[in-house]
Amino acid sequence: MSIHADVNTRPPGPGRTAAARLACVLIQPFLSRVVHRTAARHPSLFARLGPHQTTDFLIDPVELPFALHLRPDPEALVFRAVPRDAAPHTGAAIRGRFLLLLELVDAEQDGDAAFFSRDLEVSGDTEAVVRLRNALDDIDGSLAEETAAMFGAPGRAMLARLRRAYLNDTKGQECI
Amino acid sequence: MSLAELICPAGTPAALRTAVDAGADAVYCGFQDATNARNFPGLNLTPDELAASVVYAHAHGTKVLLALNTYPPAGKLDLWRHAADTGARLGVDAFIVADMGVADYIAHAHPQVRLHLSVQAAASSPEAIRYYCESFGVKRVVLPRILTIPEIRQIRKEIPCEIETFIFGNHGLMVEGRCSLTNYLTGQSTNMDGVCSPASDVEYVRDADGSMSSQLAGFTIDRFGPDEKAGYPTICKGRYTAPHRPEGYYAFEEPVSLNLSRLLPELIDAGVHAFKIEGRQRSKSYVRGVVRAFRAAVDDIKAGRKANIADLLALTEGQKQTQGAFETKKWR
Repeated sequence: MSIHADVNTRPPGPGRTAAARLACVLIQPFLSRVVHRTAARHPSLFARLGPHQTTDFLIDPVELPFALHLRPDPEALVFRAVPRDAAPHTGAAIRGRFLLLLELVDAEQDGDAAFFSRDLEVSGDTEAVVRLRNALDDIDGSLAEETAAMFGAPGRAMLARLRRAYLNDTKGQECI
Repeated sequence: MSLAELICPAGTPAALRTAVDAGADAVYCGFQDATNARNFPGLNLTPDELAASVVYAHAHGTKVLLALNTYPPAGKLDLWRHAADTGARLGVDAFIVADMGVADYIAHAHPQVRLHLSVQAAASSPEAIRYYCESFGVKRVVLPRILTIPEIRQIRKEIPCEIETFIFGNHGLMVEGRCSLTNYLTGQSTNMDGVCSPASDVEYVRDADGSMSSQLAGFTIDRFGPDEKAGYPTICKGRYTAPHRPEGYYAFEEPVSLNLSRLLPELIDAGVHAFKIEGRQRSKSYVRGVVRAFRAAVDDIKAGRKANIADLLALTEGQKQTQGAFETKKWR
């Protein structure tokens, strides 16, 4: 089933909006740690981004209550959760289920294949998206596992649960 | 029986290592400039990255082929000469070339490095191939994807070099090396700039009903319904309306990928020396999956076993695959 059919693409009601804002506040310290740690461990990815280091990306995991705003500027990194109704205007947007996006970051899935199947949508500056994809794909190892390891055994267990859930979902081809 | 080498794509150093680890006999790659036909943003290798990649590949018994397979515009051969000099200095095992000037330069400046003739040269007759062999010492020809297996078998008997054929990946053939469709819309040349449908000119527009339009330089190439599989935004795979076809039709080709896994035994028997997997622009996930699948299949065939080919449909464009002209000229 392509992502356009996901129920969470509908406009949120007032209750969902409040929950989204709270979720954004709670998750922000985690996102800041992740992006700074990734930049420190993988500085080579910035060269592949070229002029798009200062492009604003909206990464939209459709089943989560918020989207993510990324500006991969090594001088002023931005990675923050934003409620969809308050999302900034960005140069490019990438949209798909959260765990698909995670698998793409880790090169466990192929972005072109996800695009062909309509599980992944991109809009805006396509060159920026291609550069980001190539930059992330040149990273050895798993960003998800690096991130999970920051939180020790509970983090790794959470990642394993998420991956199992994703596998179960994709077997049934149902959206969360 | 031919050696049946697996020639695998490497768009980044990490993809190169992935291909090596997955069982590639050789990897092919390019520099971050117009000297190769996958000059895409954020893709390809710097000279330093190529140096480290050659060391890694050779340590694992894998060859490195450097694609210099575009055509230098008049007066701009220096970029290609410099790329060849750098590749030779770093120890690549072969150059993949299309242009005669580039071939001539390498034949004289770096005669110790093998020359392979790119598919971009569109050499499809024994006469043309022999000319490249005799004039520049070409050791292998990558055949255009327009020949049947009986035709390949016959050509093999009439040429003094090895044959390489594509076995998987993009099937945008047209007249390879001579396609100017992208140039017509964007001003950039597939053959001289190395960009087919440059990303900077591509836009995807999502409609309220979930449909998606792919556009190149402002022209709509295709419009996919909400649950319809998508393809690349290339003009040759576009779906167009015309007064006599208001419903829209594929004027040139459909979004589809080549998959010759079932024809591997026949291709080996026909004397094909090497099999090329297309996709330097694809991810490590694609490289890992496709290389592993074909490594296992080739090894099975070499050992006299029936090849058990993994299902690769999910990785194909439009999630459709074809054996194209290799199976029959009636294709399309």
